[in-house]
Amino acid sequence: MASTIRVRATSSGETTEVQALIQHPMDSGFVRDAKGEPIPPHFIQQLTFEYDGKNVFVADWGPAVSKDPYVKFAFKGGKKGDELKVSWSDNKGATDSTTAKIG
Amino acid sequence: MTITDGDYSETRRLILKCAAAVALVGLGNIPFSLLPAFAAANDKYPEDAFKQKSDAEAIKVLYGKTAEPSDKVKLDAPEIAENGSVVPISVSSSLGDVTSISILVSENPNALAASYKIPAGTVPSVANRLKMAKTTNVIAIVEAGGKLYSTTKEVKVTVGGCGG
Repeated sequence: MASTIRVRATSSGETTEVQALIQHPMDSGFVRDAKGEPIPPHFIQQLTFEYDGKNVFVADWGPAVSKDPYVKFAFKGGKKGDELKVSWSDNKGATDSTTAKIG
Repeated sequence: MTITDGDYSETRRLILKCAAAVALVGLGNIPFSLLPAFAAANDKYPEDAFKQKSDAEAIKVLYGKTAEPSDKVKLDAPEIAENGSVVPISVSSSLGDVTSISILVSENPNALAASYKIPAGTVPSVANRLKMAKTTNVIAIVEAGGKLYSTTKEVKVTVGGCGG
């Protein structure tokens, strides 16, 4: 299966800028479907970015994060060609991860 | 972004449902305020903080202290968000020793929207997209040197998006 995570990590020499886009419904639990049945909450709780064996960024999310979430941050260091590991877990116990090469 | 007639009635229904949901959540909220403060230092998901209804309670549960307003916390959010289900919000800070950044939407069913851990070496700046149920304050919290600093900005929402 194709990964749910799309990452772009770009090194400018001093810092590495990371942008990630994840496919996920991020259902809040407050919305009802066409039949009036509540759609149960289903959202990513934690998203982790790991570089060189260390977490460089950890996102804790509630259901108020938009569908197909996007996040952008930057960290000092990070060499071109090195790998950045990205993983998430949601409230139903599902997980996904990917590695991206810093460009 | 244009809104067609069909979309309008759909989103109007959504707003009403949102309002009902907010009212319902309010009734079941009391026991959570009795929970002890949650330590934000480790990497565990702060589930209790995300369950709080009000912004003040969420900050208390997440950090165990209160924030003071600071112009060194920069909050970028639109004046008017046409679509409340996707509101671009970014937070950055010129403060040193930043360890975390959190974003709260005051009148969402649960105020805390996102909380980011900023390890040493990571730039204290984050951009994301959040849902907003209605026009309300967005609060950015920056934890730096063990203290909390905040900036608040009102975002007007034309079409609420507490759903998806």
